[in-house]
Amino acid sequence: MTLKSLSDDKPVGVIGAGNFGSAVANLLAPQRKVLLYARDESVIERISNSGENRGHRMHPNIEPVSDMAHVAQSCDIIFPIVPSAHFRSMMKHLSNYLHPYHLLIHGTKGFDIQLPAGQTLTSVKTLDRNHVKTMSEVIREESVVVRVGCLAGPNLSKELAAGQPAATVIASPFNEVIQIGKRLLRNDRFQVYGNNDLVGVELAGVLKNVIAIAAGALSGMGYGENAKGLLISRGMVEMVYLGRALGGNTKAFLGVAGVGDLVTTCNSSLSRNFNVGYRLAKGETLRDILSSTDEIAEGINTVQIAKKCAEHYNVRAPITTTLYKVLFEDLTVKQALDYLMRYPLHVDIDFL
Amino acid sequence: MEVAEKKNKNKKYKPILDGIPDWPVYQLSKNRKEFIEEVSQEAFRQAKQLRPTTKQLLDELEATVYREQQRMKRNRWRVDPADEPQFWSGIKDELVSLTDKTSEEAQSRADNILYRIIHRYAGEIAGNFKPSSFRFTREVVKFWFVRLLNGARVKKFGAIFRNQYTLRDKIHIVGKVKQLRKLALKGTVVMVPTHFSNLDSVLIGWVIHSLGLPAFIYGAGLNLFNIKIFAYFMNSLGAYKVDRRKKNLPYLETLKAYSTLAIEKGAHSLFFPGGTRSRSGMIEKQLKLGLLGSTIEAQRNLYVRNPNSEDVRKIFIVPVTLNYHFVLEAPDLIDEYLSVKGQDRYLPEHDKYGSFQLIRFLFKFFTKGSNISVSIGKALDVMGNYVDDEGYSLDSNGRKINTRDYFVTNKELVVDKQREDQYTRMLSAKIVSEYHRINRVFASHLVAFVAFEMWQRKHPKLDLFELLRLPEEDLSLPYEEFKAACKTVRKQIYQLKEEGKVNHATHLKGKIDLVIRHGLENVGIFHLKRPLLFNKEGDIITKDLNTLYYYHNRLSGYDLEKFI
Repeated sequence: MTLKSLSDDKPVGVIGAGNFGSAVANLLAPQRKVLLYARDESVIERISNSGENRGHRMHPNIEPVSDMAHVAQSCDIIFPIVPSAHFRSMMKHLSNYLHPYHLLIHGTKGFDIQLPAGQTLTSVKTLDRNHVKTMSEVIREESVVVRVGCLAGPNLSKELAAGQPAATVIASPFNEVIQIGKRLLRNDRFQVYGNNDLVGVELAGVLKNVIAIAAGALSGMGYGENAKGLLISRGMVEMVYLGRALGGNTKAFLGVAGVGDLVTTCNSSLSRNFNVGYRLAKGETLRDILSSTDEIAEGINTVQIAKKCAEHYNVRAPITTTLYKVLFEDLTVKQALDYLMRYPLHVDIDFL
Repeated sequence: MEVAEKKNKNKKYKPILDGIPDWPVYQLSKNRKEFIEEVSQEAFRQAKQLRPTTKQLLDELEATVYREQQRMKRNRWRVDPADEPQFWSGIKDELVSLTDKTSEEAQSRADNILYRIIHRYAGEIAGNFKPSSFRFTREVVKFWFVRLLNGARVKKFGAIFRNQYTLRDKIHIVGKVKQLRKLALKGTVVMVPTHFSNLDSVLIGWVIHSLGLPAFIYGAGLNLFNIKIFAYFMNSLGAYKVDRRKKNLPYLETLKAYSTLAIEKGAHSLFFPGGTRSRSGMIEKQLKLGLLGSTIEAQRNLYVRNPNSEDVRKIFIVPVTLNYHFVLEAPDLIDEYLSVKGQDRYLPEHDKYGSFQLIRFLFKFFTKGSNISVSIGKALDVMGNYVDDEGYSLDSNGRKINTRDYFVTNKELVVDKQREDQYTRMLSAKIVSEYHRINRVFASHLVAFVAFEMWQRKHPKLDLFELLRLPEEDLSLPYEEFKAACKTVRKQIYQLKEEGKVNHATHLKGKIDLVIRHGLENVGIFHLKRPLLFNKEGDIITKDLNTLYYYHNRLSGYDLEKFI
């Protein structure tokens, strides 16, 4: 059927030479030539000269390029992996060169938001699905590409680079996309699963960032494993509720991209979101944290968006809401925890 | 009193093709025998693919025979061919005799049986278009429509023989008419209208003719062919027969092959993708994917057969909404809807027609006017992209794209069933959103929506069924309050129109008092019990809340509820 196409040697494109983008390029490179697009000329030079990028040893099959049109013309399969804040503008640019035969699998865990005129994310009262889009929806809106998928799962770039065992989910309504993604990414140390609920998997990947910040905060307070177990399980319930309100199915949250990714990020001090929570608990303010890091923690925006969506759709989301108060409204982590521990809700599971 | 509709610019359109022999549907019926053969082969191929082993095929055939014999026993119609029982008992005997055969022999005999069944079905389905009776039918229908209209409108003796009013004064066609006429010459048009009333197919037939388009083929329910006169008309209009009693696999595959191949051969087609009439009065949200899928399949086949995509005849999907003030069968439809939805909580009433009501109904039907409007949507390619007047598909930035590319993986055309199923779902969603966009809001829809929502708001503790059980006498709305709400909602409809999310009739504009009056006079105009009217004090009351709910539903799905 469609898999014959993989034997031939058309290169695969990766857009975005950040941490995860570089890791994905390295996963692809053993199978195929990879064109890695970077916006920044200095990154391209660095990769060409030293073969290194952000601590990744880049595979020789990877060619860094600065011409998006060239990527679109040479590759039928493209992995866009850029921060959610720039995703739409990148797509607007890329879409000029895209055709319906292209296949896009993105690896960005974040929301795109389009606010009513004159509003900011802070000033707007509530948000609904007209304003909040997942990356696959941005691809569909901005381009003619319909065969879209996403990569999600416990994929910490540093561990992937070290060749440790890991897995990912490729989600797409098209089996074709899942098959192709599997063939391209799978190796002895990297397992690939398929899921047809694209939006559900995307939502799981995004919403877990909220819980990751909370996990960092618990750790910063010096609490141990009981507290973490409590957070992860209740956080999971909250993700399911929010995810369903936003158009996903429960199942996606129980898989590799849901609970798998959640456990990983909640346990890892490598994760940016975890770090934000950790530093908050140590008494730093959001402003301090933002000014001292160049990498973007998607979770901070996600907390704002998730809280405002929860209000619009009348979803009970105590962890998200209290975390919002810690980040933006001077509540301390300790007060937040006290509040949550007294929260009057005692049903364990009521969504299955 | 009638609020003037903007000067009607509906003009008469010249036929786009001069002679009937040029029409694709004529070509199809001229080569009827070959076509049936082709359909049979295609359906046979598909059925074999779905039932690849001998065992599966035999099981399917046995099930088919069983169901057919049950149908003949329980539910036989006049149109059913006389030799049916004989045919099926013959097949049954053959199937029985297969039990002691070797598997190769059984397979080849089973194939032969399958083919004969399919071939028989193809013959039953195939239409029989005859130019002479087409012309005759067209004239007869037109003549009587005009007589009725004139007799009713101009109340003078002899008025029945005048030609002052034509159908074009009653039925407004708006939207992308020019584009449709152009595209019908360049490619194959598949028209997909909303379905509210049994009148729809007649109405659409008239629209197609009056736009100067050649006849479309149309899958009509076989039950209509029971009535001799109907059968004559339907046959002459290029209709093919859909028998909803037959749900077996060979039949369904034959039907699908028929519609796919006809589209491939360039026959303009019409089908109601909602399947049946909308029971609730809402615009369809769920479409039947089977028939829609056949357009995608047909387009893909055309690309497969012709490597040069420039020469391929393109298929254009044209969504159409039909907008009525009044749907004759509304009370029955909503009854059906509510009893299915409410199960035992809803108790339909049965005190329908007394002779006095019947007389009143007939009188109204001939004396009062009620306009109908038909909105023709922008044409789409089979992937739901808009096309320009030349038939090129455009992306959202107006860049030309090649529809063939959707079927391509790595430069090669690939047949992928799962992919096309997904495409069908996307096309369906697009058509539904186009319906909402081109839907024309009438004053009657506005008043029905506002009144029902206001009553709902006044009884926040009641669910829908409890609300519908309230005695109608207890419901009334002070006029001023009602007027204010109408104004707010109308403003919101204007806003939605700005955003390109809905359309409205010109009569919706102007003084709100007049608009409300127009709406009240027209909403469900011919029903025996009016859904909405003034009482003596000038307040708003209802005589039939269920039917009001039906007309109210026309505006559901636009999020207008929150403005009440």
